[in-house]
Amino acid sequence: MAETDMPSDAPIRPPSRIKRAWESDLAWSFRHTPVAMISAFVVTLLVLAALLAPLIAPHNPFDPATLNLMNGFTPPGEANAFTGDSFLMGTDDQGRDVFSTILYGMRISLFVGFSAVLLALVIGVVLGLLAGYLGGWTETIIMRVADVQLTFPAILVAMLIFGIAKGITPPEYRDQMAIWVLILAIGLSDWVQFARVVRGATLVEKSREYVQAARLIGRSPFSIMIRHILPNVLNPVLVIATISLALAIIAEATLSFLGVGAPPTKPSLGTLIRIGQEFMFSGEWWILFFPALTLLALALSINLLGDWLRDALNPKLR
Amino acid sequence: MLAYIIRRVGQSILVLLFTGLVAFSMFSFVGDPIDNMLGQERTQADVERLRTELGLDRPFVVQYYKFLEQAVQGNFGLSYRQGRPVGEILLERAPATLELAFVSGLLALVGGIGLGIFTAIRRQGWAANVIMTVSLIGVSLPTFLIGILLIYLFSVELGWLPSFGRGEVTQIGGWSTGFLTASGLKALILPAITLGLYQMTLIMRLVRTEMLEVLRMDYIRFARARGIRERAINFRHALKNTLVPVITITGLQLGSIIAFAIITETVFQWPGVGLLFINAIQFVDIPVMAAYLMMISVMFVGINLIVDMLYFAIDPRLRVDRTAGGH
Repeated sequence: MAETDMPSDAPIRPPSRIKRAWESDLAWSFRHTPVAMISAFVVTLLVLAALLAPLIAPHNPFDPATLNLMNGFTPPGEANAFTGDSFLMGTDDQGRDVFSTILYGMRISLFVGFSAVLLALVIGVVLGLLAGYLGGWTETIIMRVADVQLTFPAILVAMLIFGIAKGITPPEYRDQMAIWVLILAIGLSDWVQFARVVRGATLVEKSREYVQAARLIGRSPFSIMIRHILPNVLNPVLVIATISLALAIIAEATLSFLGVGAPPTKPSLGTLIRIGQEFMFSGEWWILFFPALTLLALALSINLLGDWLRDALNPKLR
Repeated sequence: MLAYIIRRVGQSILVLLFTGLVAFSMFSFVGDPIDNMLGQERTQADVERLRTELGLDRPFVVQYYKFLEQAVQGNFGLSYRQGRPVGEILLERAPATLELAFVSGLLALVGGIGLGIFTAIRRQGWAANVIMTVSLIGVSLPTFLIGILLIYLFSVELGWLPSFGRGEVTQIGGWSTGFLTASGLKALILPAITLGLYQMTLIMRLVRTEMLEVLRMDYIRFARARGIRERAINFRHALKNTLVPVITITGLQLGSIIAFAIITETVFQWPGVGLLFINAIQFVDIPVMAAYLMMISVMFVGINLIVDMLYFAIDPRLRVDRTAGGH
């Protein structure tokens, strides 16, 4: 009895946010899935390496003053025959340290990937909410456009948008704008997924009592959508965002590899692979191998993380 | 049934009109073709002459009408870059892409269904497990990396197969084929595998899942109880019922094979329409981009339509449902 009376005397402090997060189902599932932990570790490592590139990178690959052409084509781990310098992952034709170019390239790949997914997410969630909540003509138009776009593979849509945007920008700004054009192209090619899921979830939430209650007390449709429905449809959005991130990074790499993405002056991982491919035939394998491996590790671990998240957040599988 | 077909055809036309609008907008708003064609050293007279020649001096509506009229006839004007009719260039490039798509589609279908059945029947075996694991990695690999990997293995290290081009081609009428020469066939192997691998894993996993589901059904258990041979059960009873979703997915994948051919063709410098399209983007060659967009949307919409019709024709259950007016 004494124990049950306790709360009325001294109010229990609710567990701290960190403790609650640690004890949540999601965290439990995370701690019991080795694949998820390893993937998360790899992703964190790569993202940190990219963020801290200026501190970690032994050379600045874009500062011509630090380059020595004599260092060109130094194999990884070996000392250069002329200068005696040695490089962890070797150098390319211009004597740039491959390790440093990868770190800087990853920054661009990740930046484009994150920004593109963010763009797709915002467009998709807004249009999905509008379509689901308002219905009628709004819904018809939005979902028709989505259907049309879904007829075509995302990468093709991205290529087209890139081509059109490139045509609109004046030639002298094209290299500077390339990164932003890439983000726009990949983001616009990927919003449909978000819109469809959010619309579906909104349709379900719309008929719930709490939404009807909010409507009865006179809240505006805008505030209902943002304050009440949005928080309840975010779980699937999170899953799609993670998987989209892997796809966006691969899409960026593919476009850059095809020569319709990041320019050689601001190389992403895809551009580096494109450059490295030329040297594959003459035996300088490292210029291609290390960027390709990095891209693979990045895409694969984000993908696995997304897979885990999907299973962990799916109540049907519990 | 008829109403359904009419609705689907209507939707298809809507999609085509939409892409047509996009293609036309590209012509009217993107870049200045005169800049692209004449470069830095030009006279005002040159500019005026070319402007009239390309029809760029006429009003928007007239240009739009002309565009639609010409597009229906497959005429997209002159390529900014090559100065030749776009239709002619596309026709010249089409056989390369179609042959590549055909072979990789066949590879994906045969390999995918075969492996799918195998992994479903021998679910517990080690071979099936290995195949499933490898396929998981295959799905995560970007297409262009698979291509590079294959080139490295078979062209650079082993030197067995060529790494670029179509090899020797034979001209039959307007169609250039690589099927008739040894070098043409050899050149086809690596690109076809690169392009088909992803679709193959997709079909394989689909067939496997469907097979496993069907094999659990009562009628299979009854067939087994009746003493029908295992082979007959697997192929005659089970496989038949897995084919409906497989046909749908394969049909839809046909479109993405054409699209992903862009990547494969660039890796292998395969002289098809995909490579043409990429070059068009790099040089902002609008007529080629617009024509490619129209061509591929006609193809996609057509494939989608045919798949839907097939779906209807193959699965009698759907027909009963729809005509009964239940939905």
